[in-house]
Amino acid sequence: MTRPATVAAPTSSPASADPRRAGRTALPGRPARRARARMRALREQPGRLVYLTLVGVLFFSGFPLYYSFVVASRDNSALAQVPPPVLPGANLVENVERVFATVPFGTALWNSAVVSATVTASVVFFSTLAGFAFAKLEFKGAKALLVTVVATMMVPVQLGVIPLFMLMIELEWTDTLWAVIAPGLVSAFGVFFMTQYLRGALPGSLIESARMDGASTFRIFWQIVMPAARPAAVVLGVLTFLTSWNDYLWPLIVLSSPERQTVQVALSTLSGGYVTDQSLVLTGTMLATLPLLAVFALLGKYMISGIMQGAVKG
Amino acid sequence: MTIAAKSTAGPTGRSSPTRSPGRPEGRRFQQLRYRLDLKASPYLYIAPFFALFATFGLFPLAYTAWVSTHDWSLLSDEHVFLGLGNYRTLLSDPYFWNALGNTLSILLLATVPQLLAALLLAHLLTLRLRGQTFWRMGMLLPNVASVVAVAVIFSQLFGRDFGLVNWVLESLGAGRIDWQSGSATSHIAIAVMVAWKWTGYNALIFLAAMQAVPREVYEAAHLDGASRMQQLFHVTVPMIRPTIVFTVIVSTIYGLQIFAEPQLFGGGGPNGVTGGASRQFQTLTLYLYEHGFNRGFAFGYASAVAWTMFLVIVIIALLNYLFLRRIRSDS
Repeated sequence: MTRPATVAAPTSSPASADPRRAGRTALPGRPARRARARMRALREQPGRLVYLTLVGVLFFSGFPLYYSFVVASRDNSALAQVPPPVLPGANLVENVERVFATVPFGTALWNSAVVSATVTASVVFFSTLAGFAFAKLEFKGAKALLVTVVATMMVPVQLGVIPLFMLMIELEWTDTLWAVIAPGLVSAFGVFFMTQYLRGALPGSLIESARMDGASTFRIFWQIVMPAARPAAVVLGVLTFLTSWNDYLWPLIVLSSPERQTVQVALSTLSGGYVTDQSLVLTGTMLATLPLLAVFALLGKYMISGIMQGAVKG
Repeated sequence: MTIAAKSTAGPTGRSSPTRSPGRPEGRRFQQLRYRLDLKASPYLYIAPFFALFATFGLFPLAYTAWVSTHDWSLLSDEHVFLGLGNYRTLLSDPYFWNALGNTLSILLLATVPQLLAALLLAHLLTLRLRGQTFWRMGMLLPNVASVVAVAVIFSQLFGRDFGLVNWVLESLGAGRIDWQSGSATSHIAIAVMVAWKWTGYNALIFLAAMQAVPREVYEAAHLDGASRMQQLFHVTVPMIRPTIVFTVIVSTIYGLQIFAEPQLFGGGGPNGVTGGASRQFQTLTLYLYEHGFNRGFAFGYASAVAWTMFLVIVIIALLNYLFLRRIRSDS
């Protein structure tokens, strides 16, 4: 990180730094009122410049996705136009049909859905189970084991692809969806995330009273912990689903036949042809991204809270 | 709460219908069960995670070290022990050094501007904005797209003949750029892909950390006449330093393993694997992929690449950590 350029002494006249604040501090009145004004100045209404910047950022965030839709709705020759097209055309349906004719895209979508759903269900379940143990049960070595979990979050397991591939050959799982699902079944991040959540969300007294009533640990897990973990489970589920849906290197390595490909691999096949048909490729991209945009529109709020929670506690 | 009503039947209700609470063996059995449940359950519950993670995560990574000391290929059953032979070959291969240089260059170009931008964006998001969720969602939008989608879309935008970027450059009076063929230009294009996807994500992480900074600190800074920017760099940044360290390290680990972006930028075909015709943007993972899965399955050699990458990642993560700690003690 570079050292900040604004090392100017804090004594540099405050009025020149921010005219709005100068106006605020000049407010007449009693000290109490001035204090309140100061508080307001701290969290003052952002000016037009702030909103303008944010709109600009939003434009850059959204434009590439929008543009891929523009290209997807036109035929390839339209790209050669000067100026390039910035509005959608009329070829979308035709392009979609061509995508499905070029690669087994429907199968790929289905494969990705199966993989992501299985991985998500498994990660959420096992993370809640382990998170419950770490957060609320007492056992020897709990601390050391939890530290191990946290440490493994940083391990670049992607570098183990070669022995993993050899393992899949041993198991005769290459070119099956199992090969993609198995390594994703658990996640260190998930365990850590659930542990943190359940620590705060689950009162110990509730578990104690259930025990008094003679409930077994598993029953407590099933009837108390699972419902209590639901908000965090949604967050973890969305994040896991996205990660799994977007996984690329490993499926590319381990899946070979066209009817086994996941969406991302199918996309790369589509874009890897010798004669690149951009509108075809970007139609595929759009089709692969649409389900995620739908998930995002519905559950994006949870994603945001998940990322932000992970940040504070991580 | 339903548990209270249901559990009068008790968990033992399941075990044996003939149970009579009065009989001593029955009670002893019950107690045994209870103690076993209390002792064994926690281990049982964390076992799936550790078993699966060890099998599909840690074991492969560790086994990579063993494979890397052999002439090991999928095509032959004989694995000749080479000791550090693969590593020697690797370190004398100019293509490896090229890949390392490319990876570091892309990493720097992608990470530094990205995290600075994320800091500024997070700072804006702490303001009392109208429609907070809307802005946050908008920022996270790029992160939803897959790396493959991002790579494909930006390869189009950075296209030499019909790319929008070149069209804009041309209408501004600058010339067209053949983004793919140059070393620096291709690194920039790839860095843009990475930064586009991750800036908003990191901004949200910074935002969360910033919200945890006590308000009084800002009040004090404000009273001392610190401007917004001064507050950001002299108050916020030191206060959220742990989060910054975390983000830098995570971004570094991610950045050193970049694969999809350069591969697809090269067109996915043979040019993709080598990272351009003259390897101008081949990254380490691409180099690993080229040797391990694209050229005769040289698993031994590719494992040496993987293990070397692992060391590079650890060293750079440590350097990051130490460097960022220094910043704190300086100020």
